[in-house]
Amino acid sequence: MTQARPALKSGGIRVDLQLIAEMVPPACRVLDIGCGDGTLLEYLWREKQVDGRGIELGQAGVNACVERGLSVIQGDADTDLIDYPDHAFDFAVLSQTLQAVRRPDAVLTQLLRIGHQAIVSFPNLGHWRARLALALHGRSPLTALVGHPWYDSPNIHPCTIRDFVQMCDGLGIRIRRSIAVDGDAKTAPFTGVSRLANLFGVQAVFLLGKD
Amino acid sequence: MDAARHAVAVSACDQMVIEEPLRLDSGAVLAPITIAYKTYGRLNRDRSNAILICHALTGDQYVLGPHPVTDKPGWWETMVGPGMPLDTERYFIICPNVLGGCMGTTGPAHDDPITGRPYGLTFPVITIRDMVRVQALVVDSLGIGDLFCVIGGSMGGMLVLEWATTLKERVFSAVPIAASVRHSAQNIAFHEVGRQAIMADPDWCGGEYQRTGRRPERGLAVARMAAHITYLSEAALHRKFGRRLQNREQLSFAFADPDFQVESYLRHQGSSFVERFDANSYLYISRAMDYFDLAADHGGTLTAALQGSRARFCVVSFSSDWLFPTAESREIVRALNAIAGNVSFVEIASDKGHDAFLLDEPEFFATITGFLNGAAEHRGLARR
Repeated sequence: MTQARPALKSGGIRVDLQLIAEMVPPACRVLDIGCGDGTLLEYLWREKQVDGRGIELGQAGVNACVERGLSVIQGDADTDLIDYPDHAFDFAVLSQTLQAVRRPDAVLTQLLRIGHQAIVSFPNLGHWRARLALALHGRSPLTALVGHPWYDSPNIHPCTIRDFVQMCDGLGIRIRRSIAVDGDAKTAPFTGVSRLANLFGVQAVFLLGKD
Repeated sequence: MDAARHAVAVSACDQMVIEEPLRLDSGAVLAPITIAYKTYGRLNRDRSNAILICHALTGDQYVLGPHPVTDKPGWWETMVGPGMPLDTERYFIICPNVLGGCMGTTGPAHDDPITGRPYGLTFPVITIRDMVRVQALVVDSLGIGDLFCVIGGSMGGMLVLEWATTLKERVFSAVPIAASVRHSAQNIAFHEVGRQAIMADPDWCGGEYQRTGRRPERGLAVARMAAHITYLSEAALHRKFGRRLQNREQLSFAFADPDFQVESYLRHQGSSFVERFDANSYLYISRAMDYFDLAADHGGTLTAALQGSRARFCVVSFSSDWLFPTAESREIVRALNAIAGNVSFVEIASDKGHDAFLLDEPEFFATITGFLNGAAEHRGLARR
C-alpha cells in the first residue's frame, strides 16, 4: 500500500520497518497486513527466522512477494481479517496502512484478536508541515503529508498521533511502546500524548496489546 | 535448450503392478492394479526432493515429449525441465497416469482378470480420492515418505487438494492451480453433455465397443469439442478466430465443411483427441471430477478437511478462467486462513481462460519458481 516519505536508515530497510523488526523477537509468528512488496517479511525471515504471512491489496505486490518465496495472499484488511482464528499469530503488523482502511477502529480490533500483540505505524497528520500547509497556505495537509493529491489519495483516514492514542483509549487497547520518527529518520520514544511527538513526528510506530 | 533437454534423466514409461486388492470409495474392490508412470530428474539421498505432478482430465504421464501415441511434445514442457520452474536438475519429478486412465494405468479399457474381457462399464466408478490412493502406491514403491511438493492444474488441482487432506502428513507443499474444492453445477452440466454425446454414438455399443472392434469417435470428438470451449475464453476465441472464414471467401450456405475458422479448429481438436483417448476413460474420469466435494467428504466443512495440514500452499488462479474461476480458489484460501495455514495466493492476469496453466504465462512461471525456491529453502534443499 502507500508509504509515507520513504525515510531510510543508511543501507537498511525503511525506518519504520526497522523499528517494527526490532520489536519482534526471533522465530515468532507474524501476520503483516498491507505487506507491499514483502520487504519487512523477507527481512524478518532472513534476519530473525520469523514464520511470516502477508496480506496485500494490490495483486502486483502479492505476486512480487510470492516470487520472493514469501507466503502472501491477495486480500483486504477491511473485509478479510475475519477469516483468521483468534491469537493465531504473536504479532499482527499494520505498517503505513491504517490510514488507508475504511474502518481503522475495526481493523485495529481485528489485529488484537488475531495477534497477541499488534504493531502499527502511520504517517502523523499532526506534523508541523501538515499544520503549516493548512494554517498558512490553506492547502490540504494530506498532500503535504503523503504526496498524493487530496482527491486521489488512498489515504482516506489520516490521523494525528493524538487521534490515534484517543482511539486506542476508546477501544480499551493498551499502548506498550510508542516511537516518533522525525523528518531526518531520527527516532524518539514517547509516552502518552506527547505534544512534541505530535508536532515533530513525521510518522509514529506503536506496540499495542490488550490487558 | 534442446541440448540441455537431452541431459534430463528420464525414466522409460515405468509400470508397477499392485496385486493387493484396493478398496474403493464405492465399496468395490479392484485388483490387480497396473500403474504407469514417468519420472524426470534424480531422487536425492535424503529422498526429500520429490515432486508429484497430477495431470488433468485428459492429460497423462508424458509431461515431457515426445508422446508415444501422437509424437507431440509433452503437455507441460513450459514448466518442467532443466532450469525450468520444476527444475529437473534440482527436483525428482513423478507423474503417474491416473486410475481409470488410458495410457497404461488400469482403466475401463483394461481386461478384467475374472472374465478375461475388457472391463468396459463393469469397471467400478472411481473418485478423486481413489486416484490419490493409487498415486500414493507409486510414491511408496519409490521409497519416498513425504513429497516436497504436489502440484497440478484443473483435475490435477483437485488431486493436490485431496492429497493435502487425506494424506496431509506426506505433503510438504501443495500447489493447486485453476482448481476448486468441489465441481460446480455448471461444470457437472458440461461433463454430462460430453458423456451423453459419447453414449449417443451408436459405435459406443453400450460401452462394449472394444468387443465389436468399433470406437465411438464421433461422440468422443463432440465431448472434446464442447469441453474445449470451456477451457478457453470469449476473448481468446475472438482474438484467435473472430468471425474469420476457413479457406473460403464467402459463406457456403451448407453444413458439410466448416465455414468459420473456429469450427475448423474445434473439429481438429475433436479428431486429434480421439486418436489418443478412450471414450470409457472419459466417462469414468469426468465422473470422478463431478463427485469431488472436499468438504462433504471430510466432515462437512473445508476447515475440518484441512485442519492439521502443515503444508505450504500456493493457490493459483487465472483471471479469465470461467470453468474454475478465481472465486473458487479464494474459497480454498479462506479455509486455509481459518486454520492459520501457510498459504500464498496469486491470481494471474490472462485472457487465455482455464487452459492458461498449460500455456506460456511468464508471471505464472515466476510465481511457481519463487514459491518452490522459498519452499526448498525451508526444506533445506541444496541450491542448484
